[in-house]
Amino acid sequence: MMDTRTDLVYLIALPLFSSAFLLLLGRITDKWGHFLATAISASTFGLGIFEFVAMRSRAGDARPATQRIFEWISVGTFKVDASLLLDQLSICFVLLITGVGTLIHIYSIAYMSHDRDRRRFFAYLNLFIAAMLLLVLGDSYLNLYVGWEGVGLASYLLIGFWNERPAYATAAKKAFIANRVGDLGLSLAIMIAFTQFGSVTFAGVKAGAPHASAAALTALGAMLLLAAAGKSAQFPLQSWLGDAMAGPTPVSALIHAATMVTAGVYLITRSSFIFDASSTARLLIVIVGAITLLFGAIVGTAKDDIKKALAASTMSQIGYMILATGLGPIGYAFAIMHLLTHGFFKASMFLGAGSVMHGMNDQVNMRRYGGLGKVMPITAITFGLGYLAIIGVPPFAGFYSKDKIIETAFNAGGVKGLLLGGAALLGAAITAFYMTRVFLLTFMGEKRWADEAHPHESPPLMWIPMVLLAVGSVTSGFLLSKGNALVHWLAPVVNGSGIEGGKELMKPLVVSGLALAVVVLGAAIAVIKYRGSVPIEAPTGSTLTRFARRDLGQDEFNHRVLVLPGRSLTKTLGAMDTSFIDGVVRSVGWTLAYLSQSLKKVQNGYVRSYALLMVGGAIALLATIWLLTL
Amino acid sequence: MSLITFLEVTPLVGGVLLYLLPKGNTTLIKQAAFLFSLITLGLSGWIAYKFQANSPGMQFVESHSWISNFGVRYAVGIDGLALVLILLTTILTPIVLLAGWNEAENGRWSMRTFYLLMLILESSMIAAFSATDVFLFYVIFEAMLVPVYLLIGGYGRGERAQAAMKFLLYSLFGGLLMLAAVIGIYIISTNQIGGTFDLAKLATLKIDSGTENLLFLGFFIAFAIKAPLWPFHTWLPGAAKSATPATSVLLLGVLDKVGTYGMIRFCMTLFPHATKTFTPVIIVLSIISILYGAFLAIGQRDINGLIAFTSISHFGFIVLGIFAMTSQGLSGATLYMVNHGFSTAALFLVAGWMVARRNSSQIEDFGGLQRVTPVMAWSFFIAGMSALALPGISSFVSEFLVLVGTFTRYPLAAILGTVGIVLAALYVLITVQRSLHGPITPGNEKLTDLNLRERIAIAPVIAVLILMGFFPKPVLNWINPSSHQSLQVAGYSDPLPKAGK
Repeated sequence: MMDTRTDLVYLIALPLFSSAFLLLLGRITDKWGHFLATAISASTFGLGIFEFVAMRSRAGDARPATQRIFEWISVGTFKVDASLLLDQLSICFVLLITGVGTLIHIYSIAYMSHDRDRRRFFAYLNLFIAAMLLLVLGDSYLNLYVGWEGVGLASYLLIGFWNERPAYATAAKKAFIANRVGDLGLSLAIMIAFTQFGSVTFAGVKAGAPHASAAALTALGAMLLLAAAGKSAQFPLQSWLGDAMAGPTPVSALIHAATMVTAGVYLITRSSFIFDASSTARLLIVIVGAITLLFGAIVGTAKDDIKKALAASTMSQIGYMILATGLGPIGYAFAIMHLLTHGFFKASMFLGAGSVMHGMNDQVNMRRYGGLGKVMPITAITFGLGYLAIIGVPPFAGFYSKDKIIETAFNAGGVKGLLLGGAALLGAAITAFYMTRVFLLTFMGEKRWADEAHPHESPPLMWIPMVLLAVGSVTSGFLLSKGNALVHWLAPVVNGSGIEGGKELMKPLVVSGLALAVVVLGAAIAVIKYRGSVPIEAPTGSTLTRFARRDLGQDEFNHRVLVLPGRSLTKTLGAMDTSFIDGVVRSVGWTLAYLSQSLKKVQNGYVRSYALLMVGGAIALLATIWLLTL
Repeated sequence: MSLITFLEVTPLVGGVLLYLLPKGNTTLIKQAAFLFSLITLGLSGWIAYKFQANSPGMQFVESHSWISNFGVRYAVGIDGLALVLILLTTILTPIVLLAGWNEAENGRWSMRTFYLLMLILESSMIAAFSATDVFLFYVIFEAMLVPVYLLIGGYGRGERAQAAMKFLLYSLFGGLLMLAAVIGIYIISTNQIGGTFDLAKLATLKIDSGTENLLFLGFFIAFAIKAPLWPFHTWLPGAAKSATPATSVLLLGVLDKVGTYGMIRFCMTLFPHATKTFTPVIIVLSIISILYGAFLAIGQRDINGLIAFTSISHFGFIVLGIFAMTSQGLSGATLYMVNHGFSTAALFLVAGWMVARRNSSQIEDFGGLQRVTPVMAWSFFIAGMSALALPGISSFVSEFLVLVGTFTRYPLAAILGTVGIVLAALYVLITVQRSLHGPITPGNEKLTDLNLRERIAIAPVIAVLILMGFFPKPVLNWINPSSHQSLQVAGYSDPLPKAGK
């Protein structure tokens, strides 16, 4: 039996009201607003831990807890309650969001200490926490949708936090609009679900899924994938993530690396019952995942902006997760495992990048870094641990989670398995290359600093969160995979029949060996290329490098295919509207003349004729005025 | 006497009483007008409290013979549909009076006349939503043009005379078509059940399909002009650019709803077969409205023009919901009428304050307002979020209901309509960026933020936008029985889930 609760709502209500409080009270709270927001975030983390401990102590079936907060919308058979569901899957996210979220709150107290709008920044962070928790706690697609767009709003506000700079305002707008294209998919998915099953709750859709046609399930799955692609910056909606780095770096760490961008993985995992039933939808997923993991990795090799290199890497790593979700029941748990370990090591590296920027006058160009390891040892070590984790060196976190995905991809079998496994392996090699490049350019080699730069280690409020995340980067993979802990924990939600995966194509040890070999290869190439002196001005580079610097032409493509035609359509319609009036009135006039003729035939009598005369007079009048005012 | 009649008369009496006050004391006149709008609001609150949400049919009915020779009666009554629109009227009127406290100063006529016209407009809108006699409705439908015409022409901005005339001609034209149809249906009633204009009785007539189609069109075109539906929309941008903010709110926010209200109350009830016949055409028109309005909004440079085109897009959603003929579509459309009223009010009022401060309605003349006038900028931002139907804000609930209700019957139409949510993000965010973000545009450094009166006026609008986003239930409880009734009369029931067990 599910546990019915009345107190789950506090998880969302606390940060939500804290955010509203800080925004409404304004400047009065400037002095202590950041402490309030941090305390609130920490207390939601406390609640999360409490819930996790309580859930572990309950037996399998009794683990999920629900709360019905109020009746939200009810029209005919369309009934949606504001209801929460805390189960084995959502608790993972609750801990990730509030845990990493709290560390980033603490970090931001120092990072944002010189900003005049620090209070507003913390209000947005709390708003984000509330919306993200709603996203993972809602018990229906419509509740999820509220959180889904809520995090989009928070992301928009935070990317554009310094929106006095037009480029940053544009980046925020771009992110929102790309996300809205994804939201179109989520909207349509909900409509399909209601039309098919008469329900939009996860439970209702799950119950109905076996009775639906293959076409309906594929359409539903494709729309969910579109939604996931928007939120998680997957091909072809990936273009906003690089620009989103305009936001303050703690935001990039929390929202655009650890949590919000992984919401697409959550959505697909939560909808496992749809994808389990549609092989076509699963095929679409693995294609999108494989393309994006290579796309992001290739872009990552060419970026000199440290945040953009990390953003490309995020896109690529989420590509791995998405790929995993398309690999059948066993893949979901591996996707979530990689999501959690990625949350640690990517947040750790982003905070490290923030620490470097903090010490280098907000310089983001890695060609102006170099040799920072000596002056910022803590940053270098914590970043380094994250680096080892992401490239998948044993026994760091990424080794456990990424190898599982590569292995499962190969096990998909046949040509498909070889292609997917090959792509994942290639991605791992490129990842090793570009991350080694980032690490060497930043922390090793000679100083290439600008004259006014005086790098120094960041204050404890900043490095303590970095250290804690680095600990996670080291240990989380081992802990989550020990005794298949996470796989078993999530099994009731995503793998009801307890499938252990396809037939083993390659022994896990062989996959690990292969993966390690390509990682060493990738890293070695980077060492050879970047161990010497690095020019401050980027060399012209090969055609491919230049193409990768331009994000493989994604913006040019969008500009040509969407923006330009859109603009000319808008212009044409605008011009037409002004000149169209004439046509409209004339056509209305004709309709009317026809109408009066017909009416005359149907009826006769004084009053009607009079009415018709009036109509006729009005047309004449209208026509005259028209001619006069044109 | 029904409370509804009281409600209709109160603002009217107030308007006339203004003429007993000394002409020079403009503050007293404003306060008196505001007071009467508040009394009306209180009275409507009482009616809402007394209203039985679950009892079907009309409540607070009253009926007297008016022109006995033709069977015309003064007959009023309200159901849930009428109630929510009346509440929209009575809530927005005091808000716009407060918000536009100094609007009448550049008028052609006196301050008293302005407030008299506003109160007459309020009274006539209440009357339009409560009339159950078709002839009475027609008379009000035409009569309410007069105050709007005078408000735009006498107190507006820019090319106000031309805009007012355009509005009047379009409306008159539609009204005349409706008159022809009203007379037509009266003739038919004379032959069948004895001459009457009673809505309930007329609904029982047996009309041959050719005639029914023509009569339907007579009503529908009149309502489509008012709504306004593409391609009958071209009067709206001019009117919105020229009218004062208060007038714009009442015109686009409330009065235009008479069009969509009429489609439900009259077209669906009186001509169910013709409704069925024309539904495909109307769905196409509403989809065109949604997309066309959105595209034109993206290209707008004038902030009031922008709001006008967003409204055309949103009216497209309302009409789509009505003619989807599902309970979600119809209830969603009705709720949309209410939500759009508040959303448009927020947009027009804040835009009005921006325009008044900057002396320009060109979006490019704003810029960086977030730094200079934070409260005004935030108000505009929230209004913008309601225009793009962000979940958590009221418009989301109604927009989603319309789309989901449409999808169950017309998936393709719903898919095309859903594209509107991406376009809405574009027109809102482009405008937000141009006007609020970026460096402060030269000339804007000294703009003043909202004063206390303006804050008091906008606060309830924003509160409603957010509250109704989370708790639409009380309003839906009023709306649902009416929708159910209308669909039953029109002979529709909701499609069943496709994946049956």
